[in-house]
Amino acid sequence: MDLYEYQAKHLFGEHDVPVTPGEVCSTPEAAHGAARRIGSAVVVKAQVKTGGRGKAGGVKLAADPDEAHDRARDILGLDIKGHVVRRVLVTEATDIAEEYYVSFLLDRANRAFLAMASVEGGVDIEEVAATRPEALALIRIDAIEGVDEAKAREIVESAGFPEAIRDQVIDILVKLWGVLVREDATLVEVNPLVLSADGRVLALDGKVTLDDNAHYRHASHADLVDRDAADPIELRAKEFDLNYVKLEGEVGIIGNGAGLVMSTLDVVAYAGEEFGGVRPANFLDIGGGASAEVMSNGLDIVLNDPDVRAVFVNVFGGITSCDAVANGIVQAVGALAERGTPVTKPIVCRIDGNNAVEGRRILAEFGHPLVEMVETMDDAARRVAELAGSAA
Amino acid sequence: MTIWLDADSRILVQGMTGSEGTKHTRRMVASGSRVVAGVTPGKGGQEVDGIPVFGDVAEAMAATGANVSVVFVPPRFAKAAVEEAVDAGIPLCVVITEGSPVHDTARFFQYAINAGGTRVIGPNCPGIISPGQSNAGIIPADITGPGPIGLVSKSGTLTYQMMYELNDIGFSTCVGIGGDPIIGTTHIDCLAAFEADPATEAIVMIGEIGGDAEERAAAFIADHVTKPVVGYVAGFTAPEGKTMGHAGAIVSGSSGTASAKKEALEAVGVRVGQTPSETARLMRSLLRG
Repeated sequence: MDLYEYQAKHLFGEHDVPVTPGEVCSTPEAAHGAARRIGSAVVVKAQVKTGGRGKAGGVKLAADPDEAHDRARDILGLDIKGHVVRRVLVTEATDIAEEYYVSFLLDRANRAFLAMASVEGGVDIEEVAATRPEALALIRIDAIEGVDEAKAREIVESAGFPEAIRDQVIDILVKLWGVLVREDATLVEVNPLVLSADGRVLALDGKVTLDDNAHYRHASHADLVDRDAADPIELRAKEFDLNYVKLEGEVGIIGNGAGLVMSTLDVVAYAGEEFGGVRPANFLDIGGGASAEVMSNGLDIVLNDPDVRAVFVNVFGGITSCDAVANGIVQAVGALAERGTPVTKPIVCRIDGNNAVEGRRILAEFGHPLVEMVETMDDAARRVAELAGSAA
Repeated sequence: MTIWLDADSRILVQGMTGSEGTKHTRRMVASGSRVVAGVTPGKGGQEVDGIPVFGDVAEAMAATGANVSVVFVPPRFAKAAVEEAVDAGIPLCVVITEGSPVHDTARFFQYAINAGGTRVIGPNCPGIISPGQSNAGIIPADITGPGPIGLVSKSGTLTYQMMYELNDIGFSTCVGIGGDPIIGTTHIDCLAAFEADPATEAIVMIGEIGGDAEERAAAFIADHVTKPVVGYVAGFTAPEGKTMGHAGAIVSGSSGTASAKKEALEAVGVRVGQTPSETARLMRSLLRG
């Protein structure tokens, strides 16, 4: 889960990383009040989980509370790369002398962590990496040893931070590593880290990604989920504990196993090219077990998506045998009818693997007019694309 | 021959007394694997279907000669379980557990590297099978028999699908390496082992979005693999920034895309199928050609 800047800086504050005081606001009036309490010039910053806010007009200076009100009014509701601004962060304006860059992140390739640091901050760091790699220090961090003062000093010296502020930056790096480890983050980035005119080093921005697998040991992380910004179908699927991602196409997808479902999306998209460019409407992995209840919940979610014109159930019976899967489909279709929401969209099923013959027999015997069986994944994808294409 | 797992492998199951552990122990035994011990802290002295349960891995290894561990413990105990297996010096530790926090995985992997004696496969993987010889994990043993193909895959169900599509030819060893951001055994490790394995004539490599393991595997193939390789990559339609089921399956910005992986593989002469079935056909024609 990616955090908003204001959430990231709140975490920084909890771990004693120096940040400027600020308040998150969702109305111009609240921004006025926040600026009044801060009592100095402020910066009004759009809270969106994407880069390039400044260029899009999402970051503005305000000299007083009235200006903060007006700037917040301008920024709230802006669309920045498809992200609508619902909140702004009103924070003390800093007189900036220098801008730097520091981050810690998971390094998948080296199966460790990586520290990145540069004295050329405040700009797109990927561009610095591409055009002036010598300006970006990269230091491998051993997962067990972590970052102590000596390691932080190595980073600071390697990046060439000015002598006068090295101790401050070292202290901040050790604390940022604490954020990464103690909050189970996979990314902690500060861009820019600034030196203010009065000689203080501060985190002026913050980007944090938390590991969803670690939520069980961080009760407070549940509060960081932005339910307003989430897709309503995704929220509903989450309540059923389903692994669901909403996409923009017309073919509902249900499968077992993340890899097979990803593959199913691709195969449907290829097949859809022949039928007016229909594409997958969602990713839904019902997992290895695929019980009747899970299948029923999954079908319910997918069939209730107004974008969906046809559904593809693609199951390979590995651990589960296909007769259980077929029974799951039969029971799910029956349960939906009982619930008063009978199936009205075609469902193409491809079930293969363990006990496939019996599974197919069960579906054939069921004989529901909207449930179709196709033997191979590629043919089934073509058929469901055809059905979705002709339903337009 | 096979890689890492054969008829002489003696398997212990960490978490055998849990429901998943018990269920899959029975499946492994039914498929002919030699499961010699279980390990559950505090439950030493018990038995599961006549298989003795020990309180720790070292004790189980000393008593039974186990040389492979399969880990079924819940995510919060996975790190301790793997480190215990590493401390005991087990040569192969297969971590089935899904949902291990990546900081835990990073640490137990580094722990294994520092100790030097344990290969970790996984976490969040279906395990490893050498058909007809031994099965360490949850891969169904009845899909395919032995044969000349080596298979390495990030995905469990795509592993099963590929085994099924090519079950008339058969496999030397199939390794599900797992879909987490950090995994103990990579595509490259498997490619190197298959290259060295006389029983493996050709290799299927299945990848998916996220990270750059496939790109690095492509570079490795160019320099070190002489056996024919066919590839498949899942996730061309995955949107940027969304995790697709596997914790590691995410396109970040412009990196980790399926097309970049496909291009990297094709650039070194690996033929990449557009669908799993087409990939199987490519392998078939390769072996017959």
